[in-house]
Amino acid sequence: MTVALESVLEIHPQVAVRPETFGALAYHYGNRRLIFLKHPDVVTVVQSLNSYPDVQSTLSACGVAPERWPSFVAALSSLETSEVVRERQIAS
Amino acid sequence: MSAKSLVEEMKRGLDAPICLTWELTYACNLQCVHCLSSSGQRDERELSTEEAKKILDDLRDLQVFYINIGGGEPMVRRDFFELLEYSVANGIGVKFSTNGAFIDEEKARRLAAMDYLDIQISLDGVDAATNDAVRGEGSYDMAIRAMENLKAANFGQFKISVVVTRHNVSQLDQFKALADHYGAQLRITRLRPAGRGADTWHELHPTNAQQREIYNWLLKHGENILTGDSFFHLNALGESLPGLNMCGAGRVVCLIDPIGDVYACPFVIHDEFKAGNVRDEGGFAKVWKQSDLFLSLREPQSAGACASCGAFDACQGGCMAAKFFTGLPLDGPDPECVGGDADEALSIISRGSEPKPSMDHSKPVTLTRTKLSVSTAS
Ligand code: SF4
Ligand code: SF4
Repeated sequence: MTVALESVLEIHPQVAVRPETFGALAYHYGNRRLIFLKHPDVVTVVQSLNSYPDVQSTLSACGVAPERWPSFVAALSSLETSEVVRERQIAS
Repeated sequence: MSAKSLVEEMKRGLDAPICLTWELTYACNLQCVHCLSSSGQRDERELSTEEAKKILDDLRDLQVFYINIGGGEPMVRRDFFELLEYSVANGIGVKFSTNGAFIDEEKARRLAAMDYLDIQISLDGVDAATNDAVRGEGSYDMAIRAMENLKAANFGQFKISVVVTRHNVSQLDQFKALADHYGAQLRITRLRPAGRGADTWHELHPTNAQQREIYNWLLKHGENILTGDSFFHLNALGESLPGLNMCGAGRVVCLIDPIGDVYACPFVIHDEFKAGNVRDEGGFAKVWKQSDLFLSLREPQSAGACASCGAFDACQGGCMAAKFFTGLPLDGPDPECVGGDADEALSIISRGSEPKPSMDHSKPVTLTRTKLSVSTAS
């Protein structure tokens, strides 16, 4: 999957996020990988994904200016590859 | 942020460790000649089950994601499974190191049923002769039996953990084949002169030519081989090996020993690197965040005699523990500096004058040592 503004994402349920001065550390309990979230804004966005309908609305709700959206989409794509975030599973 | 500036951030320390080793006991059924914690006998001040759980509560509150449990042999503790389950239930994953003696069929099934658990079986030779010379009579069979039991119980991917010595460098390919046979992952780490390893390091550590062999072998295998980032001093040979290229002591790494003392790293059990005790007021969190020692390790460190070396960026002057226990200055080259820059200094330090580990829990009789001198003489 490639992440786009209209993607519907959630933080992976097996991932824990711990704030650090440079951003945050994320740990995936499933694949035992440690991932660095290297900017505080990226951390806020990742942690807000579950509360908004899609990526674009999350970005605007977090106050990210539109000219920065492409770099956030790129960041989310790489986080999707490392399974920190994933396509939202509709709870049944 | 580039990888480099990230390392700079890590050098300033994290809010909680990412590589925390907790040695549950100094008791051990074996008596390996290179044991980093000079283990053997239980210390009567050992933390109780309640105290141990209190530490796990603290680690959960600090959001420590996982811990490395070791010893001694951690499975000799009667509350071993209780602590394991308590940890995992609190969201702290566990990786534990064992010599395998206590992983029988029933325990293997019990371990296989648990989530968020990694097991690391120590093995220092692909045959009994090589392994037992270092780890003691019967220890090879013990480890193999444990691996067979884990495999039969469908544990999944466990780890085989090898301390690289002069006598097993030539077996790296065979270790890899053995790991593949068990569906296991191979982890090789650097021998440091810590604990009883301080007494045997001069005879066991890889030669300069062998270090190059290790480096080339690791480059060839890339991220498939785990190393705990322990070979970064070899980066001075050229292209960097995968992993964080820095000494994490007191910054991202620390040790809680069986009596609750907190050290900068598992390889520096010495008063000089003791930051406090979990039994002190404020517990582990206060030691991690406020101890003078850890705060000073998070300050920029001087490169000393390495400052003029072109490889310093790549190698960072190597391992603090290795320098300390060989009597070398901390702000100079590693004893295994691939450029040979520590050789002269090492040659003038008289054996026996190096700092000694602060504690020794070795059993009174050390049969394995007699065995080692026989095998190294041959
Ligand atoms: S002199 Fe220091 S920096 Fe240079 S290779 Fe040796 S240990 Fe590394
Ligand atoms: S002292 Fe050596 S073993 Fe300990 S964290 Fe530093 S480099 Fe690693």
